[in-house]
Amino acid sequence: MKRYLTRKLAIYILTFFLAVTIDWVIPRFMPGDPVQTMLSRANLRAEAVEVMRGYYLKAFGLDVPVWRQYLNFWVAVFHGDLGVSVYLFPKPVSRVIMEAVPYSLALLIPATVLSWIAGNKFGAFAARRKWLDNTLLPVGYLLNATPYMWLGILLAWAFGIALGWFPIAGAYGFDRTPSLSLGFILDFLWHWFLPFASLFLVQFGGWAIGMRNMVIYELEADYSQYLEALGTPRGLIRRYAFRNALLPQITGLALQLGVIVAGSVVTEIVFSYPGIGYLILQAIQNQDYFLIQGCFLFIIIGVLLANLVVDIVYIVVDPRTRRGMMGES
Amino acid sequence: MKNEFLYFALRNRKLRLGLSVVLFFLLLTFVGPLLTDYDPWGYIGAPAQPPSAEHWFGTTTFGQDVFSQFVHGLGPAFLVGALGGGLATLIGTAIGFVAGYRGGWIDEILNMLTNIVIVIPTFAVLLIIAAYLEVRSFFIEAVFIGCTAWPWTARAVRAQTLSLRAREFVDLARISGMRASKIVAFEVAPNMMSYLVMVFILQFGGAILNAATLDFIGLGPTTGISLGLMMNYAVLWGALQLGMWWWFVPPGLAIALIVGALYITNVGLDEVFNPKLREK
Repeated sequence: MKRYLTRKLAIYILTFFLAVTIDWVIPRFMPGDPVQTMLSRANLRAEAVEVMRGYYLKAFGLDVPVWRQYLNFWVAVFHGDLGVSVYLFPKPVSRVIMEAVPYSLALLIPATVLSWIAGNKFGAFAARRKWLDNTLLPVGYLLNATPYMWLGILLAWAFGIALGWFPIAGAYGFDRTPSLSLGFILDFLWHWFLPFASLFLVQFGGWAIGMRNMVIYELEADYSQYLEALGTPRGLIRRYAFRNALLPQITGLALQLGVIVAGSVVTEIVFSYPGIGYLILQAIQNQDYFLIQGCFLFIIIGVLLANLVVDIVYIVVDPRTRRGMMGES
Repeated sequence: MKNEFLYFALRNRKLRLGLSVVLFFLLLTFVGPLLTDYDPWGYIGAPAQPPSAEHWFGTTTFGQDVFSQFVHGLGPAFLVGALGGGLATLIGTAIGFVAGYRGGWIDEILNMLTNIVIVIPTFAVLLIIAAYLEVRSFFIEAVFIGCTAWPWTARAVRAQTLSLRAREFVDLARISGMRASKIVAFEVAPNMMSYLVMVFILQFGGAILNAATLDFIGLGPTTGISLGLMMNYAVLWGALQLGMWWWFVPPGLAIALIVGALYITNVGLDEVFNPKLREK
């Protein structure tokens, strides 16, 4: 278990190091010059341009040698200092992000966890049951192939506009301020439901199909055939198959994290939901580079932490990792 | 041997269904632009018109022809899918072969690299690169997607190579003095061909979805039309609030059908290649 965890941790630390480096390198060594872009947008006279350039270079810490800039960047990251947002000037990027995070998590965590549980249960149940299996396959694959934003758009249009049951923008009504009153919570849930449902549904298809395929695979395995030959009740064999099939699904969850994050970003955009995804859209449209860099770093850290949680769950579920019977992942 | 696969391939309903949907859209990609004279960006009619004989898929809020945008957007989707998916398959297979066959410290390093790229959310990297690139093309988009989507393929190919490497016919080839690259190309790879085909299909679908996501948040190619961009405009310009379903339904439906059909084709192929999975 120690070996397993240290290996994983080493990878996460390396990844974090790499991610911070990417975050630092890309703005500096990509074609195009953000400072130049900002100056040309300001439409200044020639002398003023030089003064402003000097000011920006200093403000962004670009007036020291490159290696120094890199070190400074690390120091700033550890101080949680991600610069100042241009679009929401003069709010610091870290504050802007922290205000958006609760909304993103409120969507992401329930949608991911619930769809994983429900999808696995349903997939295992449907496997090798003729009618259910025949409907699950096409529907599940189609759901899994649906772009997140499109399902979001469809739900918003059907339930938000055509039927008018749910609001399609924001996390709560314009006339409310966040508080812990019952009225606000109900209003919040009312706004939360559609984006949650669209995130849930796309993932549900994927998990159900994955589980269905794994269970069939396990039911074909020698141990299942042997149990069947012994006359073991089918329900029991299926239960063993389910438990074995669950392990790859946990690994699958870790592998899918990146895709899920991308999905939640576009879902938030469709529903103008004030989380990280919506923030990213604003940052891109306003060319707020510090905000983009901050969101990038934040997503990486979030995904790394989620990976760590999945690893720990894996250790709890699979005794082999605890007893050091698996050399590597 | 070949005929047996062909026999089961032609009889497999999933394979037939999946392939015909993909072929239909592929055909539409080539024939579609011939069916319409409208420029995808041209302001050619009354704004916000529902589908009619004149405009098969209606018009946008600016009076652009949705059908024309749709058929012109299909091509880039296939292009990015083939290019990005192909590149990802190529990189993943190469790394998987080398890591699996060579073993030792090369394997350690490649494995580390794979694990790191697996953990980094692809989308975030694409996001930050695309945000800083001022001019972007479909080619660049495909290359980026290909360069970030390969890790799971590398991992799977490595595992398969490891098990194949221990087989007798590979040992025999090694004893006979064959070069490592030749062994991989002529002894290991042919035994995984069916698997590699399926990997490519999955990567193809994944690349289409990835591209659509990037296009949708406005980080796709800076020129040209794409299905993701259509949805982006539809959402930005109030197609939802105005109930203009004809604007946002076709592009998303096409993506879902193409990618879904690819997945189902994959299941069908799996059943053809793997007798254990064939329907009973």
